[in-house]
Amino acid sequence: MKAGIRISGFGGQGIILSGVIVGKAAVFDGFNAVQTQSYGPEARGGSTRSEVVISDEEIDYPKVESASISIIMSQEAFFKYASRTKREGIIIYDPELIPDNKIEGDFKLAEINATRIASELGTKIVANIVMLGAFNEICNLISKDAMTESIKDSIPKMLDLNLNAFEAGKKNVKIINK
Amino acid sequence: MTNDVIRLLGRKDLFIQGDDAAVYGALIADCRFFAGYPITPATEVAEGMALWMPKLGGVYVQMEDEIASIAAVIGASCTGVKSMTATSGPGFSLMQECIGYACMAEIPCVIVNVQRGGPSTGQPTEAAQGDVMQAMWGTHGDHQIIALAPKSVQETLDLTIEAFNLSEDYRVPVILLLDAEIGHMREKVVLPEVVNVKVDERVPATIGPDKYRPYRTGFTRTSKVPEFAPFGSGYRTYVTGLTHDKRGFPVTTSADVHEELVRRLIEKVQDDMDVIWYHEDLFLDDAEIIVISYGTTSRPAVSAVKMARKSGIKVGHIRLITIWPFHYEKMKELLKNAHTIIVPEMNLGQMVHPIRETVGKDIKVISAPKIGGAIHTPYEILKCIEEE
Repeated sequence: MKAGIRISGFGGQGIILSGVIVGKAAVFDGFNAVQTQSYGPEARGGSTRSEVVISDEEIDYPKVESASISIIMSQEAFFKYASRTKREGIIIYDPELIPDNKIEGDFKLAEINATRIASELGTKIVANIVMLGAFNEICNLISKDAMTESIKDSIPKMLDLNLNAFEAGKKNVKIINK
Repeated sequence: MTNDVIRLLGRKDLFIQGDDAAVYGALIADCRFFAGYPITPATEVAEGMALWMPKLGGVYVQMEDEIASIAAVIGASCTGVKSMTATSGPGFSLMQECIGYACMAEIPCVIVNVQRGGPSTGQPTEAAQGDVMQAMWGTHGDHQIIALAPKSVQETLDLTIEAFNLSEDYRVPVILLLDAEIGHMREKVVLPEVVNVKVDERVPATIGPDKYRPYRTGFTRTSKVPEFAPFGSGYRTYVTGLTHDKRGFPVTTSADVHEELVRRLIEKVQDDMDVIWYHEDLFLDDAEIIVISYGTTSRPAVSAVKMARKSGIKVGHIRLITIWPFHYEKMKELLKNAHTIIVPEMNLGQMVHPIRETVGKDIKVISAPKIGGAIHTPYEILKCIEEE
C-alpha cells in the first residue's frame, strides 16, 4: 500500500496541521508516514500545501507527485493542484471556497461545505477538521479511531468542537459523479 | 540522566519534525545548555530547547545574535556542560569566527545548521544544501571540524547524539547539516532503547591541579586529544584563540609551536577516520554507475537507483553520512569499478569537488545540481543515470 495525499489552501486555514493529523494517524495505524510542507514567509495568506506519503514500506522519496487524494481549500490551490491528482484519484474540495470547480479528467470528486459547516459549529477555524472528516469517510485508508486519536493528540484545546467538526465532515460529504 | 529523558519523552513512536528530533537527540545526549537566536527554518530547535532546558535543570538563553550565541555555547562548554546552538545560513555565517575559536581552543560544541536557500537572507522557508563548503572551510586558517548530514527525522535524532559524542571524543565543533526540508518534515521516530544509547563524555584530567597542563596530550584513547578540566573545578586553565603551548599560554611567533599545534588539531580527527566516517551503500557489487548523495537528496537518489535497477541498469548508490572529513582512501576503493559518478546536490556543486579529487581523470564525474527550494525528483536523477 502506498498513498500520496496533498492538502492545499492558503495560510491560516490549518493546512499544515491537517497534514500532521493525517500523518500521525497513519503512524497510529502502524504505517510509515512522511509529512512535508511548503509555505511562504507570511503568517497568514499566501499559498500553503502539505503533503503526506503513507506506506507499509520504507518511504524513500518524501514528496507527492501525482496525489492519490487531493484535499483542496482555495480556488488558487484548485487551479494549481486539482489536475495533479492521479487517474481515478479522489479530489475533496469546499465548493463555496471554490466556485469554479470544473475539471477534466478521470477523477472521483467529493464536495463538502467545510467552511460553512464549521461556522455553524461556532468557528470557521475548524473547517480543516471538517475536511478531514470528509476525507476519512470517503477514503478507506486510515481508521476512524486513529484519526480521532491523532486529533486529540495534535489539538489539546477545544476537543469536543474538533470532534464534532470531524463527525460533521463524515456525515455531510457528497460524492459528485461525473 | 539519559534514562530519565527517554522516560520523560514518553510514547515511543513519535511523529515529529527534524528540528524536534535534533532537540530530543540533544536531550538524550545530556546537552544542558542552549544559546541561540531564532531563524527560519531552525526556530523549532530553539523552541524545543527553551521548553526542555528548564525542566531538566539546564539553561536556555536567547542571545542578541548568532555571534553571541556561539560564544555563549563555547563559554558554557568550558565549564564542562554539553552545549548546542541551532541556526540557518545567515546565522551560520556569523558563527564562523567563533567556530574557529572552538577549533583552536578545543572546546566541544554542536552546531545545528538547518540550511535554507542563500546567499544572504535568500529563501527563508526553502531547502538547500548550499552551506556544505562553508561547514568545511567557513572559518579561517587550517582546521578540521566534523560535519554530519542525516537523511531522515529518525536519523536526525540518532546523529544529534552522535554529534555530541564525536564533539566530546575529539574536542571539536561538530556541525549537523540539516535543511529546511528535513527540519520541517515529520516522520515516524522511535526513541532508542535506554540500553542502546551510547553517550560519551570528554576525558577528564587524570592528574592533580598542581601538575595539570590544559593541552598536554597522550593520556586519552585518541592520544592527540588533550584531557579536560572544566572551569570552576579548581584546576588552572587558560583558553585562548592565539597559538598556544601545552600550558595554554600564547606563543605567537614560534613556527614550531604553531605547526605542532595546528597539525595536531587536524590529525587528532583525521587519524581516526575509520571511526568517524559513516556511510551507507547500495548495489555497489557490480555497479558501473554510482550515484553519491547525502542528506535529503539521498531519498530521491535511492528511489532513482532502485528504478534504474529494475530496468537493468548497473547502478549503485553511496550515501555520505559523515560528509567532512572526507575519507579519500575509502571512497577511492568504493568507486574503483565505476565508469561514471553522478552527484546530485541542492547547490550548484560543492561535494562534487572532493569526489573529483578522489577519482582524478580516471572516472567521469557528473554534477547534478538543483537550487530554488524543491528537492530533486527521482525522475530527474533517473534521467541523469539513463543518459550515461
